[in-house]
Amino acid sequence: MARLYPTIGLEIHAELLTKSKVFCTCSAEFGGDPNSRCCPVCSGLPGTLPILNHTAVEYIVKAGYTMNCEISRFTKWDRKNYFYPDLPKAYQISQMPRPVCLNGHVDIKTSEGDKRIRINRIHLEEDAGKLVHDDYSKATLADYNRCGIPLIEIVTEPDFHSAEEVMAFIEKIRLLLKYAEVCDCKMEQGSLRCDVNISLAEKDAEKLGTRAEIKNLNSVKAVGRAIEYEIYRQTEILEAGGEVVQETRRFSDSTGETSTLRSKEDAHDYRYFPDPDIPPIIFTEEELEAIRESLPEMAEDRKNRYMNDYGFKEIDADTLIADKDICDFFENALKVYNNPKTVLNFMLGEFMRRINLGEMSMDNLEVTPEQVANLVKYGDTDKINKNNYKNIFKEMLETGKTPEAICDENDYWVKEDNDLLEKVIGEIIANNPGPVEQYRAGEQKVFGFFMGQANKALKGQATPNAIREMLEKKLKG
Amino acid sequence: MDLKNTTVASLRKMLDSKEIGAAELAKEFIGEIKDKDSKVLSYITVTEENALSAAEKAQAVIDGGKATALTGIPLAIKDNICTDGVKTTCSSKMLEDFVPPYNATVIEKLNAENYVMLGKTSMDEFAMGGSNQTSAFAKTKNPYNTECVPGGSSGGSAAAVSAGLCAAALGSDTGGSIRQPASFCGVTGLKPTYGRVSRYGLVAFASSLDQIGPIARTAEDCGIILNAVAGVDAHDATSKNVPFTDFNGKIGESLKGMKIALPKEFYSDAVDEEVKNAVMAAAKEYEKMGAELVDCSISSLKYAVPAYYLIASAEAASNLSRYDGIKYGLRGEGRSFEEMIRDSRSRGFGEEVKRRILLGNYALSSGYYDAYYRKALALKQEIIKEYNDVFEKADVILTPTAPSVAYKIGAQDNDPVKMYTADICTVTVNIASLPAINTTCGYDKNGMPIGMSIVGKRFDEATLIQTADAFEKTFSPVRCTL
Repeated sequence: MARLYPTIGLEIHAELLTKSKVFCTCSAEFGGDPNSRCCPVCSGLPGTLPILNHTAVEYIVKAGYTMNCEISRFTKWDRKNYFYPDLPKAYQISQMPRPVCLNGHVDIKTSEGDKRIRINRIHLEEDAGKLVHDDYSKATLADYNRCGIPLIEIVTEPDFHSAEEVMAFIEKIRLLLKYAEVCDCKMEQGSLRCDVNISLAEKDAEKLGTRAEIKNLNSVKAVGRAIEYEIYRQTEILEAGGEVVQETRRFSDSTGETSTLRSKEDAHDYRYFPDPDIPPIIFTEEELEAIRESLPEMAEDRKNRYMNDYGFKEIDADTLIADKDICDFFENALKVYNNPKTVLNFMLGEFMRRINLGEMSMDNLEVTPEQVANLVKYGDTDKINKNNYKNIFKEMLETGKTPEAICDENDYWVKEDNDLLEKVIGEIIANNPGPVEQYRAGEQKVFGFFMGQANKALKGQATPNAIREMLEKKLKG
Repeated sequence: MDLKNTTVASLRKMLDSKEIGAAELAKEFIGEIKDKDSKVLSYITVTEENALSAAEKAQAVIDGGKATALTGIPLAIKDNICTDGVKTTCSSKMLEDFVPPYNATVIEKLNAENYVMLGKTSMDEFAMGGSNQTSAFAKTKNPYNTECVPGGSSGGSAAAVSAGLCAAALGSDTGGSIRQPASFCGVTGLKPTYGRVSRYGLVAFASSLDQIGPIARTAEDCGIILNAVAGVDAHDATSKNVPFTDFNGKIGESLKGMKIALPKEFYSDAVDEEVKNAVMAAAKEYEKMGAELVDCSISSLKYAVPAYYLIASAEAASNLSRYDGIKYGLRGEGRSFEEMIRDSRSRGFGEEVKRRILLGNYALSSGYYDAYYRKALALKQEIIKEYNDVFEKADVILTPTAPSVAYKIGAQDNDPVKMYTADICTVTVNIASLPAINTTCGYDKNGMPIGMSIVGKRFDEATLIQTADAFEKTFSPVRCTL
């Protein structure tokens, strides 16, 4: 049997960052006490009617432009009918034949080079509520806070053939949606969700194999693991001469395996039909142009600007744009102190190190861009010794104090005191006759030892340049 | 006081001149309801306390010289229009105890005028039916003959107006549900243009066809109420911003030169002779007033009933899905939520509602959509086109409202298709989003009222009221003797 080749397509759901829900004026914020963010409309009371939130429409158009989609000049909404306790109207307002966005593409980078993934469509719909199963009381409780949060569904063509490609694509979609400022893309909170359709067949086979749909994927990593598992599972079945069953499967993060959620026989007939409560939208060219122009600078544009205008290396630019919150922090710091290279160095160094160590998070940050900008400025202008960045930044994070206050309290400011410098360095030289001999015999590398000693003794109260000059002068004897 | 002949317009004068107080007026009607409604069964809920406190408030407004057209006027509201804090049942066991936490837009508008709500009127369950006999609670009877149906689905509102149990009422019309009961009960009922009145708070039957409208004793009264409830609404995206000043503004203008079209399909053998004769007599009356009668044809009428029942049932099947026992309404039992939903819906809905849900879901099912629903939408376009053509050469259209007068209770119980066919004269108006008014044009040999419908161009309610009013001024109504 020839090698089996996976074919994968995605359905990605992204919650839009509008202030209010898509068909009523309730807050669309994440969380809240159960059923505290509901009204007669989103809880489906008799007689209520949906009113389309035009900001949500604007956001999906923006999303469509970032993925190179055609925007339908005529778009309308349909009802997807099915019974489920988290769906108060027993139909979801969605879009079937006339979605807002069609025929786009997104380019991704993989270890085998660049690849273009085609987008079939993106449509705007409403999210459902959440069910909470209480084992203690054996009851199922419904929370409708999430009902009516605007959701876009991005449907790709089956253009993926590996977990790597899929993961790269999701990361790319995240960047696009975050930079367009339409979704916060938090997979763990469910604001970005991904369903995977995967089938296996011999390469270049005329027909794709029978597919399974995998749900409940809460991270990019889980998507990758689920795909690897499905490839393994389906390969086992097919190589043993069996048949893959068309069904929906759920992935378990703890076992790393997928299991049957519902079979094809349980599939709903959604009885789609045009929603008579929502008039279709007809866009004018001017409206679409205005939305396109309102798109913020995208990640790719920022990266190019950093490389062209600031001379950043590609790898550094990539690292900076990879997280929009960090990149925005950088941009805001530049507004206070416009020295891109030294601010970048601080961000890539001390700043990212603390994030990677888990000592800080962009979600609840104690430091402001202004404070970081000032800190770097003090280092650049020899107000402080850069060796003290670490101590000062750590204290900024821990105490929330400004760099100025921390330097005051710890006496970190550089002193313009030549006598002190001369005295301290004189002592170091006097106390280390051995290394002095070595240096004078031409062993340049012991200079580093003296720098270290001097820094330690001076606690950063002199700049490295001043120390170097004084050391060189004194060592020459 | 002769409540059966008292119009809203005359009550306004009496209230403003202090000939009667608002509380006294409300009490008169409440007393009449207590006396007579046991024979008619027009109300599901009588809101006596609310009515009296609203009347006191209205009196203060009148005394302050700030009265508007409906201040202190006692009205009845169909029980599918949501009233904050007052049960809204849709005549269904499903919503037997449902108390909305909000007001429909029309109720907010009436409240702004300080009207007095007397209660909520019975109807066919979820507005599905033409007899009021599908109501789970009050199977309303015709005030002219309590062995006959009052029509439906706004049969409670029409019977209450006819029997003098309110000054006027609000109904809703999806396929004739204002005009047909108005016809059977000998009163005037106006179905406004789709989009003229907000549907927010009207429990949906068929969203693309539903429209709230007034039922009253005269066309002028209908205009007064429409003035109060019409207008674009931020809560209803299908409501239209078509400005108006006064729907009664054309009352009294001459009909000279007005072109009245009589589409021949509406005068076929399917319509009783006595009905046809009465409507034709009215047409002659219009001719005497200077109007010109124009022959015309709406050949798609033969497809109207099937197209209507497909569209309306499809939308209804979806609209009624929310009654699953989970959030409100009747809750059944079961070991899983599927079982619980099934039990809730089996017990909560009556036979007619179930029939239409089945029909609608069938029509929308995969594989049948193109054969049924899509064809019905195509017919809708054809019907709209034919009406547009007629309105190229006529100002209004005159038809019978129903093929017969009110029939005996039970007469059509076992033949839903026959009952559906009786909607032939009314459904095209909803499909084409047009306004239409029913007014009484005669009585049959048994004294049962015969109604005629005047259909107008979109948003031309003023001409309908003018035309109906012109006839009413020549006509002496015979009120029921209840």
